[in-house]
Amino acid sequence: MAPQPPLLSMSGITKSFPGVRALDGVDLDVQAGEVHCLLGQNGAGKSTLIKVLAGAHQPDSGTIRWRGDDVTLRSPIAAMRLGIATIYQELDLVEHLSVAENVHLGHEPTAAGFVVRGRAARSSTAELLKRLGHPEVDPGRLVGDLSAAQQQIVSMARALSHDVRLIVMDEPSAALDPDEVDNLFRIVGDLTADGVAVVYISHRLEEIRRIGDRVTVLKDGRAVAGGLPAKSTPTSEVVALMTGRNVEYVFPPRPAAAPEHGEPVLTVEGLSRKGEFAPLDLQVRPGEIVGLAGLVGSGRSEILETVYGARKPDTGRVLVGGRPLRPGSVRAAVRAGLGLAPEERKAQALLMLESVTRNVSVSSMSRFARLGWIDRGAELGAARAAVRELSLRPDNTNVPVRTLSGGNQQKAVLARWLLRGCRVLLLDEPTRGVDVGARAELYAVVRRLADEGLAVLLVSSEVPEVLGLADRVLVLREGRVVHTAPARELDEHRVLDLVMEGSPAS
Amino acid sequence: MTQNVSRPRDSTDKVPSAAETPAWRAVLFRADVRTLSLLGVLAVLILIGGITKPDQFLDTRNLQLILTLASVIGVVTVGMTFVIISGGIDLSVGAIVALASVWATTVATQEYGFAGILFTAVLVGLGCGLVNGVLIAYGGMVPFIATLAMLASARGLALQITDGRTQIVTVDGVLDLGERDSYVLGIPPLVLVFAAVTVIGWLVLNRTTFGRRSVAVGGNAEAARLAGIDVRRQRLYLYLLSGLCCGIAAFLLIVLTGSGQNTNGNLYELDAIAAAIIGGTLLTGGRGTIVGSVLGVLIFTTITNIFALNNLQSDVQQIAKGAIIVAAVLVQRRTASTT
Repeated sequence: MAPQPPLLSMSGITKSFPGVRALDGVDLDVQAGEVHCLLGQNGAGKSTLIKVLAGAHQPDSGTIRWRGDDVTLRSPIAAMRLGIATIYQELDLVEHLSVAENVHLGHEPTAAGFVVRGRAARSSTAELLKRLGHPEVDPGRLVGDLSAAQQQIVSMARALSHDVRLIVMDEPSAALDPDEVDNLFRIVGDLTADGVAVVYISHRLEEIRRIGDRVTVLKDGRAVAGGLPAKSTPTSEVVALMTGRNVEYVFPPRPAAAPEHGEPVLTVEGLSRKGEFAPLDLQVRPGEIVGLAGLVGSGRSEILETVYGARKPDTGRVLVGGRPLRPGSVRAAVRAGLGLAPEERKAQALLMLESVTRNVSVSSMSRFARLGWIDRGAELGAARAAVRELSLRPDNTNVPVRTLSGGNQQKAVLARWLLRGCRVLLLDEPTRGVDVGARAELYAVVRRLADEGLAVLLVSSEVPEVLGLADRVLVLREGRVVHTAPARELDEHRVLDLVMEGSPAS
Repeated sequence: MTQNVSRPRDSTDKVPSAAETPAWRAVLFRADVRTLSLLGVLAVLILIGGITKPDQFLDTRNLQLILTLASVIGVVTVGMTFVIISGGIDLSVGAIVALASVWATTVATQEYGFAGILFTAVLVGLGCGLVNGVLIAYGGMVPFIATLAMLASARGLALQITDGRTQIVTVDGVLDLGERDSYVLGIPPLVLVFAAVTVIGWLVLNRTTFGRRSVAVGGNAEAARLAGIDVRRQRLYLYLLSGLCCGIAAFLLIVLTGSGQNTNGNLYELDAIAAAIIGGTLLTGGRGTIVGSVLGVLIFTTITNIFALNNLQSDVQQIAKGAIIVAAVLVQRRTASTT
């Protein structure tokens, strides 16, 4: 008898976004009843892959076979009908509806076709919750009142309320306490015993060893290894697969002597925010690039935003040029010479409907204005000069910023701060959504700005980026600095060991 | 969808920049599809008016009347356009016009003459705008709700002041402004005020930091905040601006009607929002033009006039207005997706 076809078989999946090839011919086979782990660094293509699987993204090419038949997942509903459920990291629940209403959202049990049978919904929800080991969650409660862990259970109950054959879990343990992680693993065990397949995404190698059957490793949009045995593949091999590069990033040379003398321009003293990051001290000197390395959820972006005044610290202070900044004020930070290139460029930095000129000049408008009246000639000239200095393309600054590629949009953000004449540049994931070719150029720009005397604080989840670009590196795990060293004394394996080592379950 | 941004002539350094192009050319080329189509609609309406009622519609007095009626709602719409561009909404404009017009025409205020009436109208408008602005910018209230509350209270206060009676204006200086004698080259003074507000509004939106900040706040408030813009203060100023426009409009209405009534400005909020929307202002903020809004006002006022001349009742007018709003938005969506 021929072997059973895999439950799911994706092959040659490609998906491009403007400027980025997120998936470049990925294959993934999942057998019924197995826990198949997806591993990869940020930006490796994991989320794009699971969105394709969930019907949220349409692949540019490639085939998906489900129980041996070719299928097209046109929409999330189509995927759900086949029995594919996805539990995203950011839970997609409606906070103002009850647990039962959320679980049955879109397929409410009805009488006469439209009257919602609330009692039936509640009792079936209660049953699901019991099966998931959380009988204490009241189906009538509002989801907004539940803890993160309970919300996740609700999300899982919703998945199970359909006739589900494959569940995708995106970092399900990230928000959970150790006991809750144990419960999660028990649920995963029950599901697979019933023949349901689980695609499990996690950064924590230990978890993968505990519950995984097979591992697929993604890197730069490709599956570099498919179906490795999860329990017996040595850690070093997995890490090597995750980090080994097809495309070597080209980093600019560091200056011969690190600027260890000189007054620090940015000083952070005991800065902390409860639940986000522990008290942090750091200093950045003019000409120096300091990197923060850590995983999602390690508090990196929160630290940058707090330094910048976009979040109010619980303790500690930020000094620029020796003078303390008013806490929680972006305007004070900008006036003192700080500039932020935030993680979500489109949502947090750019005015997408506006021209490049206006995006670049937005933080320096008053310099070109007398009594509020803008001298547009001067503005345009200055914006152009800033844009040319960073060789942003096209150099016609009248085009809308949304027509630029990711790398050039990032340059527009940098040009904004260059024009403003800032002293400290805070870079949050500077190459997110920037394609590989444009990265080297961006790295060179950042290094050149540093050489010209700018202090740079860099955050990235891509370890090689931090190691290649920064002079000094602080390694973060769960909101705490666990290691500080000059970048040249660290390598990627060491850093990955530091950030992945230990899990709350251990 | 992505345009080819590198047109060949842009590759040279000698390309005239926007700042170097002659002003008239800039204006002509900026007159995008949307503005041209609005002008087209207006032209068609004038044609219809001219054909159906050739003697009455094209009569100078009738055209003066259309422009005068457009002036009151037009001034309100300029303020509303700023608020909507910044991502907000001001439902209280009609009620503010009513309150300002009755407060400025009480017996006590009229004792101070022309200046008393003008300043009271403007100050009441600013005061209401200040309350709106503080509640929204610093109280964290949703603009829809804060201005809805202002709508109710301002109307209530206006009724309380007048007790439902029409307050006749006895100040000659104010009444004279509405007379034909004070027309400048055949243009009523009210229309000149409207024209001035339009020009100033256009300049403020397109040439000042205030305008830029309004667009930035509406386009992406988080990005504006992280770029160092004081988003809350900007929001406060915007509602103050809307209140100021309402105060001016109230004064125009006093001149026009020679009285102050608590029913003034009824449904102005809907007319102003509708005019801004058919003029191409995005209700979600970040994009909009003064020219478009003013054309929207002129279109609505002309329709009302044509319908009235043809003895069509206001119910038909309302249906036509609704249809135009839907048509305008559908057309805009199509042009937006092809550029």
